[in-house]
Amino acid sequence: MTEIIFFINQVVISGLVLGCIYALGAIGITLIFGILRFAHFAHSELMTGGAFIAFLLASAFAAWGIVTPIPTGFVVLPIAMVLAAVLALGIDKGFYAPLRKRGAKPVTLLIASIGVTLMIQGLIRLFFGAGSYSFFENEAKEIFRIDTSAIGSTRPLVITEPQVLMILVTLVSVIALHFFLTRSRLGKAMRAMADNADLAQVSGINTALVVRVTWVIAGALACMAGTMLALDVTLKPDLAFNIILPIFAAAIVGGLGQAYGAIAGGLLIGFAETLAVFNWTMLFRPLNAVLPDWLQLPPQLALVPTEYKLTVAFVILVVTLLVRPTGIFKGAST
Amino acid sequence: MGLPFTSSRLVEAAAYALIALGLNIQWGYGGLFNFGIMGFLMVGGAAVTFISYPVNPEFWGSDGPMMLGRALLAFAGGALIVLAARQSHRIGITGKWKGALTVLAWFCAYILYRSQLDPAAAYIESVGGGWVGGLGAHPVLGWVFGGVLAAGIAYIVGKICLGLRTDYLAIATIGISEIIRALIKNMDWLTRGTLTVSPIPWPTPLPQDYQAGGMDIAGSLIAARAGYLVLALVVLGLVMWLISRAYAGPWGRMMRSIRDNHIAASSMGKNVTARQLEIFVFGSVLMGIGGAMLVSFVQIFDPSSYQPINHTFLIWVMVIVGGAGNNWGALFGAVLLWLIWVVSEPLSKAVFDFVSYWSTNAGWGAIPEIEARSAQMRVFVLGLVITIALRFAPKGLIPEVVRREG
Repeated sequence: MTEIIFFINQVVISGLVLGCIYALGAIGITLIFGILRFAHFAHSELMTGGAFIAFLLASAFAAWGIVTPIPTGFVVLPIAMVLAAVLALGIDKGFYAPLRKRGAKPVTLLIASIGVTLMIQGLIRLFFGAGSYSFFENEAKEIFRIDTSAIGSTRPLVITEPQVLMILVTLVSVIALHFFLTRSRLGKAMRAMADNADLAQVSGINTALVVRVTWVIAGALACMAGTMLALDVTLKPDLAFNIILPIFAAAIVGGLGQAYGAIAGGLLIGFAETLAVFNWTMLFRPLNAVLPDWLQLPPQLALVPTEYKLTVAFVILVVTLLVRPTGIFKGAST
Repeated sequence: MGLPFTSSRLVEAAAYALIALGLNIQWGYGGLFNFGIMGFLMVGGAAVTFISYPVNPEFWGSDGPMMLGRALLAFAGGALIVLAARQSHRIGITGKWKGALTVLAWFCAYILYRSQLDPAAAYIESVGGGWVGGLGAHPVLGWVFGGVLAAGIAYIVGKICLGLRTDYLAIATIGISEIIRALIKNMDWLTRGTLTVSPIPWPTPLPQDYQAGGMDIAGSLIAARAGYLVLALVVLGLVMWLISRAYAGPWGRMMRSIRDNHIAASSMGKNVTARQLEIFVFGSVLMGIGGAMLVSFVQIFDPSSYQPINHTFLIWVMVIVGGAGNNWGALFGAVLLWLIWVVSEPLSKAVFDFVSYWSTNAGWGAIPEIEARSAQMRVFVLGLVITIALRFAPKGLIPEVVRREG
């Protein structure tokens, strides 16, 4: 049983956590692609920027002496999400809307979004330097160790408080998004516009409003994903820039423009990465007692070495693009 | 600043100009969205270390070459398994079964290759001087090999990716360049990974050679760099002449027609896929040579120094700001942006120093860590330049000349 608990700790929990973060990021990318038809690179900086907003708010709370039972990062998350949504709207107004008005090609918008990425990254580094920060400088990160000796394991099941909250928060927001897209008028308008923008416009949908709502949702979810990633690891200026490609991979694997595809793609990439670097000997070690000498398991039996963890996402991406060029859920294209 | 500093920045500007011309072929002529420039630069750099670094006798005297040979055989065997699986429809295996068999074949080939390569890599890293070393040839041969290797990789990448459109192609090429980076960074036995290779020989006399002839230090630096600069400019001039001729000729016209409307071009009997692959390979050759020139100039190959910001986005900004589709535009953009990139750090340091002086006098205290902060400002300036350029000069400072051919 120890081996199975180890597997759960190493693969199921970390894969789920990683998958949740990828999924939240990918939803934003996929919505922007669906509505505005361009690959929004600066999404990574919305995530990092959102995380820094949350960090500043959390520091302010700590300075005011507000102590909360759950990590402060989660308490300030709603406020940070609102601010990040405003930031996203401002970026659209300042950089993308003028280009759209001129009828620029999606490619131009993609390059503009790289420019925005660089600017925000430069600003974040200007104010916060290149170092890393932790949300848990003033409070302890609670770690739950669930004793599993009842089922014959010598190891406890380990999960941290932010991880539990993260999985719950992701679940709630995904369900909320589902109801928004399927039940509300605006959500239906968004889906209609993602399907066919011209048709949506002639049938009287307020496309400008839909675009604004898209940015609000994308900015808020990006802030959520960035903050939760920063709560799980540490906060640094290239926090999300390093994982923007797996997130794009998740969005593309799911099918660009498909919100549910993004969730599926995020979880798929998250689990694929953890499974690929998992040392399978740890799981099958008991077999060594049964197997003959020449078939003993080597001490390292991972599919790819740990250094290549991020590569897994790109390989999945390239294979998906080859086999199903528009992703599992048949996404849109420019 | 000073002349030694300027001369070495000029050499780098020439190399970047070559790379920008490569991107201009792909994007400006052909409309291909290559965001994997960093990968090709790394390939060129690795190629020059392999060709021009002195021979490592420890490796050639050990069992390393034989073990690598076995890994190569395993690779060939794996390739055969995959090819066989792809032909399995001939013995009646079709549809899903063939797909499953192909996946299984890929998996077996991978396991086979890893089973031979892993011990070989571990062995070479432990005994043979740590890595395979170079061949000790002239650096210019290394540049040529950088171009050839980049062409080979571009061919494979193009075969895989060129069926994709715009944004998808961009993301796929970024993914591939990240895979290349992960490989070069971690294949210590081949590229020495993060341990870095240095010193890489120069194609022209080094400052030390001039100093041995009795020159002072500053003069020798300038003379050595001038020699390198002349060589780089010769390469650049040759490339510029060739691609300008190609652009003006029927080939360039065909490429532009494919870029502007590939459906119409293919209905006129042009083989769009083959032409796009061709142009992707040509552009990548220039990137490989440029990457090799950069590495042999600084004399150190450090895989960790490669970043998408400095090695992919910077070059895109050069081409966009300069004027995509116009060779002079790309050349001008490369030199201008390299200048901006280089001076933005001392410039922002000066600004910070000024503000810091002012705020200290005002009693708000000095700005901390000015050095580190001004280094980060380069990224901000790059982003600012590209957003401004897209807004006010979307076609670039020297735009493409659209001629109506009768």
